[in-house]
Amino acid sequence: MPNYMQNGVEIWRLRTSLETWIRWFFWLIGLSIIFFAWNTISEKTVWFFVQDAPRQAVDIGSRMMPPKWSYLDKLWKPVWDTINIATLGTVIAMAIAVPVAFATARNTTPNILVRSIGLFVIVSSRSVNSLIWALILVFILGPGVLAGTIAIGLRSVGFCAKLIYESIEEIDQTQVEAIEATGASGAQKMIFGILPQVLPTIAGVGIYRWDINIRESTILGLVGAGGIGLQLNGSLNTLAWTQVSLILIVILATVFVSEWVSAKVRGAII
Amino acid sequence: MTNLSDTTYPKHWAKTPFIKNGFLRWFLLVFAAIYLAAALGTMDIDIERIKEGLPRTQRFLDSFFPPNFADNRGVLWEGILESVWMAIISTVAGILLSVPVGLGAAKNLAPIWVYLVCRGIIAASRTFPEIILAIFAVKLFGFGPFAGFVALALGTIGFFAKLLAEDIENSSASQAEAIKATGANWFQWINYAIQPQVMPRMIGLSVYRLDINFRESAVVGIVGGGGIGATLNTSFSRYEFDTAAAILLIIILIVMCMEYSSSFLRKWVQ
Repeated sequence: MPNYMQNGVEIWRLRTSLETWIRWFFWLIGLSIIFFAWNTISEKTVWFFVQDAPRQAVDIGSRMMPPKWSYLDKLWKPVWDTINIATLGTVIAMAIAVPVAFATARNTTPNILVRSIGLFVIVSSRSVNSLIWALILVFILGPGVLAGTIAIGLRSVGFCAKLIYESIEEIDQTQVEAIEATGASGAQKMIFGILPQVLPTIAGVGIYRWDINIRESTILGLVGAGGIGLQLNGSLNTLAWTQVSLILIVILATVFVSEWVSAKVRGAII
Repeated sequence: MTNLSDTTYPKHWAKTPFIKNGFLRWFLLVFAAIYLAAALGTMDIDIERIKEGLPRTQRFLDSFFPPNFADNRGVLWEGILESVWMAIISTVAGILLSVPVGLGAAKNLAPIWVYLVCRGIIAASRTFPEIILAIFAVKLFGFGPFAGFVALALGTIGFFAKLLAEDIENSSASQAEAIKATGANWFQWINYAIQPQVMPRMIGLSVYRLDINFRESAVVGIVGGGGIGATLNTSFSRYEFDTAAAILLIIILIVMCMEYSSSFLRKWVQ
């Protein structure tokens, strides 16, 4: 018991002395890592610029006001492109993710080799950011909406497939057995036994990812992959701050609307 | 007595559709078809450009292999370490900043005006992707890891404070009441009633966020925020694709390790 005696009275403590020491030791290690990390970063920082930042912020802020509303006419097309990139990218992702998920889930996978290939596809798609995918695809396909769409698609495959295959692994096996008892073939078991159970998850995941993709597709233009990021990049490079503030407002509005839509649709389906 | 053989049973069975309302189902299908047509129309898929790009793709992929770890080893190593330090320090700073915001955004703790202000901060931080935050941080603080650190820390607030607030709102009120009944002041109340309830989940989430911040630190470099992203961007613009391939492989490897260890750690903590 972690009690100790003081003047003949037993006093309760949460931890023994050893546990306290171990905790202090871990705190020491953690704090020294943080301190070291901070030191490395601050060595590479020009502190003059950082001290200057508040003045810069005020300066940029005053240049951004008021937003140039007349520029809005030129933004409808990029916004439409951004939404298309997100939507078509999600469609591509789901088309790839569903078969990958069925190939990866422990109870539907044909063999261990296919399962590990599926897992590799999922992890590599998840670890490379959509901006990096776009950077590569712009080299291959040329700048434009197509590169952005495929980048979003490739990036989303891992996320969607992971969530779908986890839900396939959690299905109620008795329903599949019931279908099997009627003499159904493998494909029929899949369609009538498993698919109806995971369909709500598939729909939910698709809509959730669409919502994330709207956010991600607003920045793909920075590397030339289409959408409103292209306008943002152009306005930033020409120091047209009033346009920048308008674009930020438009992005904010788009994200809010998409969040509202996805919440509504998810509520209606599930 | 009815004769059993008189009853007729349906010979065919149709699967019940996913969306039960027939009108809604057809409306959605037609809407989706029209939308897809319209969206694909704006894609402007330039077949000529892709034809031109395909042999280039071949050469491009060839130049990726074999990945070259050796030539720029110094820069590569430095970039990765910088990313790791940046991820650590921005996670710590982001969490320190999000604790007060999260406390303020919990409906059961804060007065209504604090609640609205804190929810506003969270919404703003969640809307803009880290890249856009990084662009502005680079404008304010100059090139380098400090800008990336600020962007990632601000991005952490939206994620962490939101989940913290939700967790506090879901915590058991009776424990809070019990501590309050002992005559605890506000800090004691938070520390002994709320903190133990939310701590295990928060530790798991901070490990997860560290993982996200490392991933994001690989892209904030593209807009000048330092880290491995800056190295990657440089290698792309210098057409040193073998180095770029090496960097991508290293990123994938580190992310895989982090994901594995973070899921392990989360299981261990919870």
